[in-house]
Amino acid sequence: MDEQEKKKRKEKAYQDYVKTKTPVHNVYLNMAKAFVTGGTICVIGQFFMNFCKNAGCTEEISGTWTSLMLVLLSVLLTGWNLYPGIAKWGGAGALVPITGFANSVAAPAIEYKKEGQIFGIGCKIFTIAGPVILYGIVTSWGLGLIYYLLLKVGVIV
Amino acid sequence: MTMVRGSQSICFQEAPYVISAGSIVGKKEFEGPLGNLFDMSGEDNLFGEQTWEAAESRMQKEACVLALEKAGIDAKEVRYLYGGDLLRQGIATSMGVEALQIPMFGLYGACSTSGEALALGSMAVAAGYGEYMLAVTSSHFGSAEKEFRFPLAYASQRPLSAHWTVTGSGAFLIGKKRSHVRVSGVTVGKIVDYGLKDSQNMGACMAPAACDTILQNLKDFGRQESDYDRIITGDLGYVGQTILFDLVRKKGKDIKQNHMDCGMTIFDQQRQDTHAGGSGCGCAAVTLAAYILPKIESGEWRRVLFVPTGALMSTVSFNEGESVPGIAHGIVLEHC
Repeated sequence: MDEQEKKKRKEKAYQDYVKTKTPVHNVYLNMAKAFVTGGTICVIGQFFMNFCKNAGCTEEISGTWTSLMLVLLSVLLTGWNLYPGIAKWGGAGALVPITGFANSVAAPAIEYKKEGQIFGIGCKIFTIAGPVILYGIVTSWGLGLIYYLLLKVGVIV
Repeated sequence: MTMVRGSQSICFQEAPYVISAGSIVGKKEFEGPLGNLFDMSGEDNLFGEQTWEAAESRMQKEACVLALEKAGIDAKEVRYLYGGDLLRQGIATSMGVEALQIPMFGLYGACSTSGEALALGSMAVAAGYGEYMLAVTSSHFGSAEKEFRFPLAYASQRPLSAHWTVTGSGAFLIGKKRSHVRVSGVTVGKIVDYGLKDSQNMGACMAPAACDTILQNLKDFGRQESDYDRIITGDLGYVGQTILFDLVRKKGKDIKQNHMDCGMTIFDQQRQDTHAGGSGCGCAAVTLAAYILPKIESGEWRRVLFVPTGALMSTVSFNEGESVPGIAHGIVLEHC
């Protein structure tokens, strides 16, 4: 027991020491870049939105078109190998919007195509997006349940 | 006279020669500071193949052929081949060297494999098990990213401590035929684990192993750090080097003056955006073949301790919360 405690303490000391020697990205600079990148993507989205509305589409239809166009754009940029460069600069600004999600599905599809349609693309297309999809659905189910209960109790009318 | 030295080393009575070496690299490595020194380079990292894995196999074969051609030795004359790579089940090696039809041993030592292969090859020659042995290793940026991290087109921000896997393969012909470089001894490394779990900071995971092997080598051979013109680690990178210096200093030694790291040499960190430096089996192997061996051959360096380092994790062990153990093998190379 004592030996193990000693070992743990030694490991912790090394981890702490390594932390002081490891360079990290500047958080504030990264946040600024993410703001600009994410903002730019949203502006492009807004452009599609306004365009559709001006063309006479309803709010809902315009929103759908906007998502579709952003996904298409991201997938194309992924295929042309330009999206990783955008994300390297823009960080979370490029990952959080729907474009980042599209990239995380397109990238494995490209990479694993060589392993075949079934075991390559079929099995591995959601290797990155899979957790987001699974836990996204689980969370929305949970929230739906809460919403239903609140409705029943009468908190929400 | 016994060839055994200390607890982990061998000092060869009749030291085998490194007769020739072949190196082949990808585009980024060719654009790096050592670019012109490599024997061959590929335009698109595919080397005429369809997949990253096949490309890596191709590199291994070409590197072997280059080494054999330079020495004027036929593949049939080589007794055994020692080879390894980073892929699951070592497919780059087994698919790559098949055409050569040399009896072979497949190795895995992560990025330290070049040291493992050189040590075993030298031991076999010194023991009289054959006239010629071939040692070969490779790594490929595409196949390694796929194996250990994400698909290439996936958009992610790499930490500053992350390494850039070298696309390249190096092969070495070891034997009794005279050349100007000898493997005078080896120090086989132990697995050293300081409990670090960050596979994106491999330099810090491997530095303790490098320190352990270097100090053991000095102890086993009764040498001082200054007895080596260079102590060359494989792929500790910028983070790992800093830590290695600290760890070695704690034990009362100082290698700052004569240390070099292949991962820091092969790329231009600023211009090529490679963060902590190069890594992979190919990193140490091609740097040894194209940069280090010629310097020993010419006599610019008389004695070098070559210490390729490896991080022995897999994606499974990483996901299951295991730490990343390190290993390093020491190869003593001398001008003659």
